[in-house]
Amino acid sequence: MKFLITPIKTFGRYLQLMAKVFSRPERFRMFFKQYITEMQKLGVDSIGIVLMISFFIGAVICIQMKVNIQSPWMPRFTTGYTTREILLLEFSSSIMCLILAGKVGSNIASEIGTMRVTQQIDALDIMGVNSASFLILPKIAGLVTMIPILVTFSMVAGFGGAYAISLAGILTPEDLTYGLQHSFNQWFVWMSFIKSFFFAYIIASVSAFYGYTVEGGSVEVGKASTDSVVHCSMLILFADIFLTQILS
Amino acid sequence: MIEIQSLYKSFEDREVLKDINTIFKEGQTNLIIGQSGSGKTVLMKCIVGLFEPNQGKILYDGRDFVAMNKKEKALLRREMGMIFQSAALFDSMTVLENVMFPLDMFSSMNLVDRKRRAQQCLDRVNLIDAQEKFPNELSGGMQKRVAIARAIALNPKYLFCDEPNSGLDPKTSLVIDALIHDITVEFNMTTIMNTHDMNSVMGIGDSIIFIKEGHQEWTGDKTQVATSDNQALTDFIFASNLLKKARQAFV
Repeated sequence: MKFLITPIKTFGRYLQLMAKVFSRPERFRMFFKQYITEMQKLGVDSIGIVLMISFFIGAVICIQMKVNIQSPWMPRFTTGYTTREILLLEFSSSIMCLILAGKVGSNIASEIGTMRVTQQIDALDIMGVNSASFLILPKIAGLVTMIPILVTFSMVAGFGGAYAISLAGILTPEDLTYGLQHSFNQWFVWMSFIKSFFFAYIIASVSAFYGYTVEGGSVEVGKASTDSVVHCSMLILFADIFLTQILS
Repeated sequence: MIEIQSLYKSFEDREVLKDINTIFKEGQTNLIIGQSGSGKTVLMKCIVGLFEPNQGKILYDGRDFVAMNKKEKALLRREMGMIFQSAALFDSMTVLENVMFPLDMFSSMNLVDRKRRAQQCLDRVNLIDAQEKFPNELSGGMQKRVAIARAIALNPKYLFCDEPNSGLDPKTSLVIDALIHDITVEFNMTTIMNTHDMNSVMGIGDSIIFIKEGHQEWTGDKTQVATSDNQALTDFIFASNLLKKARQAFV
């Protein structure tokens, strides 16, 4: 029964923490200061890695489609079309958020975990500050705000990577461009944004939970950081199944 | 004044604090001493509300902290300042921002006044020149002094110090002790300090409570420590052979 009780207990503790997190900030001035900082730290600082990974993945998807899917029996725009669908439907939201779970999630868990073991959170509590809300709410709000921008950057960089491949002569830019525009469904972009809001919430809140509940020292902070990445990734994958089913 | 009445605390089946009854007076440095693991940190954490006691009352000038709701506790906490063993400074903030933090959160002052008040506190601990530095650029003693400045920024009525001399050399420890004692008298605060530093005991122990295995073994002050006939206290205070001989000569 322990394998059932432990996750239920953990989920209960997570809900208790979230109840503390979603309370009115004591000082909106301080909240906005933290919010802006978190948008910069979690969002703006992630743009580089998002652009780089998306560019190369876009290029690789384009090559794979051309080499493995394209045949004389299929229209020449198939490569561009399938590349677009993969980037819009899955890569720029789900896979990009899995990557962010590693970068941003471990950052959040280790930052809050270190604050816990060095008694900085105790110091906030003793001052009468709602430490959970003060530390976690700006992170959730900051990442949820920045995620559509990151998703947009990811889509653009992915298409850029595919276009770079077409310039290298693997397929013509005209075929790629036609394929990218063929039967375009705007809803897929919105779907990507909607999914990413949920994933951003999962990354920020689950990582913060693992950091906030650390007990011990540096070893436990490292473990919390790893646990947060593993659990965020699993939850994103599960959520992806349900969201894709609901939104499609 | 803080009064503790019949305080008990246990973790699962292990009883850590047993029937603690004491009064910590204002304008005095009240020390809690005892061996590592004796329960003094747990006692302090119960007093400040980081742990919930199983039984007993903690009266802050007659107000029972244990019986308060969350909102009342949060309000009372604004009258508290705490200095942690590790200083617990926010390492993403400069020294000045650390000291300004409680003012930013809870005072209605404007930015200029908040900054001025924080600088006054830093000046009080002789660290005005370090205001733009980050905590990791400071020595252990300087970090403790910043923690003191942050703790007194809101003029607290109650000051708690959890082993503030831990990890400091004897000379710096004396500076920290003197600072805590002077601030206590100057602001007429109720100061409670956890320590096993004998210099602190002999130097600033206006009132001392000795905890042994979770119960209150002895209470007194710095003038009574050396002559006390409590064997457990004597064994703790005069642990080394050198101090034992010094005590024999003194007595």
